[in-house]
Amino acid sequence: MLKQIAGRLATALPSLVGVVIVTFLLTRVLPGDAAAYFAGPAATPEAVAQIRAQLGLDQPLIVQFLAYVKDLATGNLGTSLTTGQPVLDDIRARLPASAELTLLGLLISVAVAVPLGVLAAVRQGSWIDHLCRVVATAGVSLPVFFTGLLLVYVFYFKLGWAPAPLGRLDFFYSAPPTLTGFYLVDSLAAGEFELFRAAWSQIWLPAVTLAIFSLAPITRMTRASMLSVLAADFVRTARASGLKPSKVVMGYAFRNALLPVITTLGMVFSFLLGANVLVEKVFAWPGIGSYAIEALITSDFAPVQGFVLAMAVLYVLLNLAIDILYGLVDPRVRLDA
Amino acid sequence: MNIHAGADHMQPPLLDVHDLTVEFSTRRGMVRAVEKVNLTLAKGETLGIVGESGSGKSVTSYTVMRILDRAGRIAEGSITFGGVDVGNAPEAQVRTLRGREMSMIFQNPRAALNPIRKVGKQIEDVLIEHVQAQPSNAREKAIEVLQAVRIARPEERYHAYPFELSGGMCQRIVIALALACRPQLLIADEPTTGLDVTTQKAVMDLVVELARERNMATILITHDLGLAAAYCDRVMVMEKGRVVETATAEAIFRAPQHAYTRKLMRATPRGGITLRDLLPEEVAAEMAPLTTAKPLAGGPSLLVVENLIKEYPRPSTGSGLARLFGAKVAPPEPFRAVDGISFSLARGESLGLVGESGCGKSTTSMMLMRLLDPTSGRIIFNGEDLANISAKTFARSPWRSRIQMVFQDPTDSLNPRFTAARSIADPLMRLGEPMASAALRARVEELATLVGLPVSLLDRFPHQLSGGQKARVGIARAIALDPELVVLDEPTAALDVSVQAVVLNLLQDLKQRLGMSYIFVSHDLEVVRMLCDRVIVMRSGRIVEEGQTEAVMASPKADYTRELLSSIPHPPA
Repeated sequence: MLKQIAGRLATALPSLVGVVIVTFLLTRVLPGDAAAYFAGPAATPEAVAQIRAQLGLDQPLIVQFLAYVKDLATGNLGTSLTTGQPVLDDIRARLPASAELTLLGLLISVAVAVPLGVLAAVRQGSWIDHLCRVVATAGVSLPVFFTGLLLVYVFYFKLGWAPAPLGRLDFFYSAPPTLTGFYLVDSLAAGEFELFRAAWSQIWLPAVTLAIFSLAPITRMTRASMLSVLAADFVRTARASGLKPSKVVMGYAFRNALLPVITTLGMVFSFLLGANVLVEKVFAWPGIGSYAIEALITSDFAPVQGFVLAMAVLYVLLNLAIDILYGLVDPRVRLDA
Repeated sequence: MNIHAGADHMQPPLLDVHDLTVEFSTRRGMVRAVEKVNLTLAKGETLGIVGESGSGKSVTSYTVMRILDRAGRIAEGSITFGGVDVGNAPEAQVRTLRGREMSMIFQNPRAALNPIRKVGKQIEDVLIEHVQAQPSNAREKAIEVLQAVRIARPEERYHAYPFELSGGMCQRIVIALALACRPQLLIADEPTTGLDVTTQKAVMDLVVELARERNMATILITHDLGLAAAYCDRVMVMEKGRVVETATAEAIFRAPQHAYTRKLMRATPRGGITLRDLLPEEVAAEMAPLTTAKPLAGGPSLLVVENLIKEYPRPSTGSGLARLFGAKVAPPEPFRAVDGISFSLARGESLGLVGESGCGKSTTSMMLMRLLDPTSGRIIFNGEDLANISAKTFARSPWRSRIQMVFQDPTDSLNPRFTAARSIADPLMRLGEPMASAALRARVEELATLVGLPVSLLDRFPHQLSGGQKARVGIARAIALDPELVVLDEPTAALDVSVQAVVLNLLQDLKQRLGMSYIFVSHDLEVVRMLCDRVIVMRSGRIVEEGQTEAVMASPKADYTRELLSSIPHPPA
C-alpha cells in the first residue's frame, strides 16, 4: 500500500514541475506591470524603474525563474505585494477556509445526491425519478452566485435563519485554536460547542450553495451507474439465489455502481474549488479563491503562483485519495498497482 | 403433449407448468414471448429445452424462477412447484424458494458473479440468507460447498475474486452458489456456451453427477441439440415461443416428429455428413452439389509460415521506484503466445486452426492478417515475406487487399452508424481503384447478391438486420477486393445452428467460385471437419497435430486431439 502511494506520488512529480514552469511563464506574459501598479499613478518613470529593480523584474526571464525555483526549494513562495505577508502564510491561513467550505459542500451534496440517484434507479420512472431529474437540472442550470444570493435573500433577509453572510465567524467570537484549520473540527476538538454552533451557522448557507451546484453530476452519475449495474448478470444471479432486495441493491449493485461515482466525485471536487471563487465573494468568505483573484487583478505574481501551485498539489493529493479509494472498492485495480 | 418418462408418477410432479403464456410490453405493444407452454418435471429427472434465439426457452425458465424483468408478465396459465403456486405467490414466499428449492446457473459465468466480492463471501451470502449457516460457521460451510463442486484448494479459492479464475472455474463457482442450499430443481441456462469443449464436458459431467447424487431435477436450456440429447432424459423443442415437440432423447434423435425438429437436427454439425446435409432437404436439393476438386498438391504454396513466434513481456515484479533508483531486477521470462509454428497453405485450400482458448490460434490469425507483429519468423505470401512489413504500415500496403478477414461477432465487427452498403463499400473505397459512385453501388449490389443478401436490405443499419444477414455483410466486405486469402475467425460462433448451416454452405460455395484460400479458426471440430481440407490442432502456442481433416478426425495421433474429439457431446446413436 505504501509502495503504491509512493509510486503515485512519484508519477505526479513531472506534472508539478510543469505547473511550476507554466505558472511562472503565464504570470510573466499576462498584461499589466506590477512595478507600475505599486508605484502608483503619480510615480515618475525613475521611481517605477527603481521598484522594478527592487522586485527583480528587470532581470532576464531565466534569472528570475532560477531565483523563483531556488526560493521554492527553501519553501519560500515569495511575499504578496498587496498584503505584505509571505504568500505561504497567507495560503496557510486561507486554504483551510476554502477546503472546509468545499468539503462540507461536497459532503452535503453526496448525502443528498447518492441516495436520490439510487432511489431514482431502483424506482425508475416513478415520481422520485422525475424529482431527481428536476432537482439535478435546476441545480446545474443556476449559476452559483445566483443561488448564493437567493439563499441569502431567503434565509438571512426574509426568514432570518442565517446570520449576515460576513465570513467564517461572527465578530463576537474568536477562532478556535488551530489544529486542522477547519473551524468546525477545531471547535469540537477544543470542546467549545458554542463556537461550533457559531461556525456552523456561518458555513451552512455557502456550503448548501455549493452542494446545489454539484448535485446534478453526482445524482445523474449515481442513477446511470446504478441502472447499468442493476441490469448486469451478477445482479440477476443474486436475485436468482433468493437474496433480499435490500442485499441485492445495497450489497451487490451499489458497491459496484460506486466506482464511476468516485471518479465523478474527484471531478466535482475540482470544479467546486473553481466555483468557490464566486461563492467566497458572495459570502465574504476569507478563502483562497478570492485571495487569488485579487492578486491576479493587481498583477501580484507571487500569490498567483503560490495559489496555482497549492491547487496543483491539492489535485495530486485528491487524485491519490481517489486512486486509493478505488483500490479499496475494486480488487481488480489493486492488481495493476 | 406431456410425455412422462419413468414409472414413478403416482405422486404429483415437482414442477408443473400449465398453459403458460408470457407477455412483454414493448414500444410496439404487447409481444408474446411464450405461448401455451406445458411441461412437467419429476424429482431427479433431466429435461432439455432446445431452441434457437427467440424461441422463448430462457423466458420460460425465468418465469419459473419469477425473475422476469419488469416489462414481462404471466398473461395466462400457472406454474406449480412443490405445491406452491409460483405464478401468484407473494414475492417474499417466492424469494425463499429461489436459491433454496430452485436454483439457476447462467451463460457467461464470469459476468454472473459479483466482480468485487470474494467468491467465498458470495456463497456465504446465499447460505446465510437461507439459514443454512450462521455467520460463525458460514466460512466452513462455504468451503464444503466449494469442495462439492470439485474445486481444487478450496481454502485458497475462497478468497479469490472472479477475475482471478478461469471461465470453467467461474462456472463451478456459479454451480456452487446454485447448489449451496441443496435445491430440488436446477435450471441451467446455456451453462457451457462460450466454454471450451473439454471444459464443457467437465462442467456438464459435474452437473449431472451432482444431480444424480442428490436426486435433483434439472432443466438444461441449450441451443445445442447434441448436448441436450447427451445429457437429458427428455428433450423439449421450442420454436417462436411454442413447444413443437417433447420426447425422450432417443426418440427425438431416432424419429423426430416435427418439421422444425428435423430442420434443427439436420443443421447440427456431426460426423459423417457434408455441408449440404446441414440444410433442409428441399433447399439442399436445389443447390449445386459440392464440387470436391482437391487443391493441387505440389503446386506452389500461397502462404508459407516459418517458425512464427509471438512473445509478450510478463509484468515485472520489481517496483518502478526501485528500478528508478537503479535496483537490478532480472526481467521475467516473456510469455510465448505462439511458440514457433510452421505450416503452408496451397491455393484454393482451406485450413482449419483448432484449439482451446489461450492456445494461440487467434494470435496466429492476427499475425497472418498482419494486424499484429510477430516477434520472429517468416510469413511468406506469394513469395514475399510479409513479416517485414510492420502491422502499422500494412494497411497502406498493396498486400492489404490480398488478405482479408471475417470476424467472430457479426454485430460488433460492423460500424453501427454505417448502412450495410456503406460497410461493404468500405474496403473498396479505401483500398480499391477509385470508382464513380454508381459503379461502386453496382459493385456493392453484385457482392450482396453473391453472398445472398437481398439488395433491398442494403440501406439498413446493423441493428435492423438479423444475425445471419449481418454475417453476410461481413463476408461481402471481406471478399469485396477479391482477396486470395480470407482468415475466418469463428465466423459462425454467434449464430443459431440453422443460420450457421446456411453461412457455412455460402462460404464453401464462394471459395469454389472465387478460388480463395481459407484459414478457418474455430473451436468447433465438427464444423472444421466439414469445411476444411486440412487441420492444425494447437495447444499452448504449438502445433500438436497436423494433417488431412478426415485422417485427423478418424485416427488422431496426439493424445490432446483425442481428448478434444472425445469431449464433443455425442447424442445417443
